[in-house]
Amino acid sequence: MSAALRYVRRNPSLAIGIALLTMLALFVLIGSLAVDTEDARPLSAPALRPPSADYPFGTDRQGRDLFAVMVAGTPLTLRIGFIAGFLGVGLGTMLAFIAAYYRGFVDTVVRGVADIGLTVPGLLVLIIIAVSIKGTLTVNQMAITVASLAWLYPTRTIRAQVLSLRERGYVEVARLSSMSGPGIIFFELMPNLLPYLAATLVNAVSTAILASIGLEVLGLGPIDSLTLGMTLYWVNFNAAMINGWWWWWTAPTVIILTVFLGLFFLTVGLDEIANPRLRRSA
Amino acid sequence: MQFVFIVKRFGVFLLIVWLAATLNFFLPRLSGQDPVRAKLLQQAALGGYVQGGIEEMTREYERRFGLDQPLWHQYLTYLHDVSRLDFNYSIANYPRTVNELIADAIPWTLGLLGTTTLLSFVIGTLLGALLAWPRAPRWMRWLMPPLWALHAIPFFLLGLILTYLLAFQFPLLPIFGGYSAGAVPGLNWHFTWDVFQHALLPALSIILVSAGGWALGMRGMMVTTMGEDYVLFAEAKGLKAPTVFLQYCLRNAVLPQVTALALALGQILSGAVLVEVIFGYPGIGTLLYQAIRENDHFVIQGVVFTVIVALGFATFVLDVIYPWLDPRISYQRA
Repeated sequence: MSAALRYVRRNPSLAIGIALLTMLALFVLIGSLAVDTEDARPLSAPALRPPSADYPFGTDRQGRDLFAVMVAGTPLTLRIGFIAGFLGVGLGTMLAFIAAYYRGFVDTVVRGVADIGLTVPGLLVLIIIAVSIKGTLTVNQMAITVASLAWLYPTRTIRAQVLSLRERGYVEVARLSSMSGPGIIFFELMPNLLPYLAATLVNAVSTAILASIGLEVLGLGPIDSLTLGMTLYWVNFNAAMINGWWWWWTAPTVIILTVFLGLFFLTVGLDEIANPRLRRSA
Repeated sequence: MQFVFIVKRFGVFLLIVWLAATLNFFLPRLSGQDPVRAKLLQQAALGGYVQGGIEEMTREYERRFGLDQPLWHQYLTYLHDVSRLDFNYSIANYPRTVNELIADAIPWTLGLLGTTTLLSFVIGTLLGALLAWPRAPRWMRWLMPPLWALHAIPFFLLGLILTYLLAFQFPLLPIFGGYSAGAVPGLNWHFTWDVFQHALLPALSIILVSAGGWALGMRGMMVTTMGEDYVLFAEAKGLKAPTVFLQYCLRNAVLPQVTALALALGQILSGAVLVEVIFGYPGIGTLLYQAIRENDHFVIQGVVFTVIVALGFATFVLDVIYPWLDPRISYQRA
């Protein structure tokens, strides 16, 4: 325990990140005990009430209890991020290892696609995909849509890491002792990159959440779901800012801020574990 | 050799253009039926909401992309149209063409995005360089944590908070739009000032967030560069601190930043689209938002295609001028 504490003092980003995300988890847990998420449906509360004892976060124009909406919506938004992030990093890791270890034609194609794909504004491609899907999206379809571009960045960065790793002595030894290609990838290369993969994953989750919120604010999200991005869509749709209904957008904004800051500090903390040389030299 | 590189790089640009057009054509058709056709027919059946021209548009669409044509023929027709930058009419704003709508919106986005990207890049890079410089004032150290935190926030979220503070609580700046309602657009001092005021909040939310990112990247590069032998040598020679800072450290550390800029343009644009939506700024983002609300497929496709091509061209230009910035790179094969 004291060792953990000592490490945290050396790596405060990790602690901040974990603390913020824990707060969020506690909010959802305690919230789901304190409030019935059925109240997140329209017309379950009087419309447009500022925060009060009955409705701590106020209610929106359609008569949703915003506290209930936040409790129900936070996990939904995180789910989109985690599904898309896992799919993206999973696919990206696979492609990166295959491309960087075997090189040759596959590598040229993978690198080319990732390089070109990254210069294209992702949100716009996602818009075309979302518009092309018949009807409104469900939360899971949303996650898969976002995942369709989420592999580009992991592929590129992980590939660069593997390229330097594969020239190390121990990989050479494994190759000479006739270890198979997949064997080397799984037992020699991957374990050494685990902290780096973790940092990439957290980063991918954050990017995916950002993309999903972007689609939702534009009105391409799961219209009948209660995700944080959809709440912001309704905020914008009803011009809550100009009308002075400040509580409507405060709650989702604070939660989204906590999500992004938490994930960001977690990434920085994990990066420091993955690459101690990064440790502040100044 | 230089020439070969430029031609090759231009080929990549053309590839991006072709891919964007192909995505635009095939993605909507993947679901088995053609949603553009479905939407058109639906609008035609509804009537009312859209002023008219729907029947003509449906007929025109049928003629060009009719089911009687084989798919490859439809595809070629589409490519041909796109190569002439013909994106058809706007469904919701008939008889205006998609091109007219985009042409109206582009100056706004270009102005906002061009200025903010340039400003945040310059400010962030200088700030990052100073943060790593040991002789910088001490108070600058305190800038790091807020920069980090800002950098993690999406543009539009900061935009919401800034709007509340600077336009709603303390009404210093206009809250919405690109210029005041009733203002007559024209090249005069009054209108320019109006536009500038309206652009401040969206610009601020982009600059504050992205300057942090550039500062962080630059700081990392500076730390590495300052460890180089030639910097030590320059100091040992007794060169003045500003000379060492500007010509030995900054000059070398800024190069990866330019590469990063080329890569970041796409992300910046994605973020700016949402900023425009939040502020009702009359650029590409708002056009897109309205088109999505009105199911205006032609506009959505036109905007997405135009933006991808424009950005592809911007990265092409950045790549081509890069050797000029960094004489060590000549794109010659060793």
